[in-house]
Amino acid sequence: MSHNTPDKDNQTSEAKKTISLPISRVRLIMKSSPDVSSINQDALFLTTKATELFVQHLALTSFNKSSGRETNTLDYSDLAKTAETTETFHFLTDILPKKILARDYLKTLEQMQDEEADF
Amino acid sequence: MAERPEDLNLPNAVITRIIKEALPDGVNVSKEARRAISQAASVFVLYATSCANNFAMKAKRKTLNAGDVLAAMEEMEFHRFLEPLREALEGYKKDQKGKKEVTEQKRKEKEKKIDSESNKYREEEEAEEEEEEQQRMEEEPEEEEEEEEEVEN
Repeated sequence: MSHNTPDKDNQTSEAKKTISLPISRVRLIMKSSPDVSSINQDALFLTTKATELFVQHLALTSFNKSSGRETNTLDYSDLAKTAETTETFHFLTDILPKKILARDYLKTLEQMQDEEADF
Repeated sequence: MAERPEDLNLPNAVITRIIKEALPDGVNVSKEARRAISQAASVFVLYATSCANNFAMKAKRKTLNAGDVLAAMEEMEFHRFLEPLREALEGYKKDQKGKKEVTEQKRKEKEKKIDSESNKYREEEEAEEEEEEQQRMEEEPEEEEEEEEEVEN
């Protein structure tokens, strides 16, 4: 009996190494898309793995581009910048909008109104 | 279908760990940045699913398969993911196969033991069997939850 236990532990740790996000949650997100009817196990696994790679890639790309390299920080603005400037991350611009100060926004709004008044 | 919006979020603890592992040691990731990456990941899943589904529909299939997901990655220009994904899938398939063999072996061992050994052993194995039962049932409870939520609403 005792020789079975280490075997079991090895298996679970191996499984953890390949994937850490919960497959069930990823399936729930996939199924929330209205035209998806069914997903096979391999496709589900691949999407979960791809999501992990995506998170790593997004974090690393944003960090490498940012000025935070000196301060050793990754901030929201770094992510918004990546979404704006990197082709493959363009689809994120809607959920990662660049933040601007209300003061600056009002200024541009004023300018726009001035320009309109000129016509 | 998810009933609550937070059902479409990925677990923060796991996302945080993946970010930490990707970045050099000691990088401070702000809470806002973590939340944004997590949301981006959910959108990524939806985008990938929609792309993959297009490939399945073109081929007149109703079930998304591994090829569809890989094709979606190419279309989304995440070529860099293809190789690691293929490798991971191979490992996953081997793992699944291995698990089947292990359970098969265990079953055989159990049969032998039940024939020859005492009650003390049997109790332990019954506990193991229950564990396997639970794993098999994992698919089911989700749907039950959904029904409950519908009633609440």
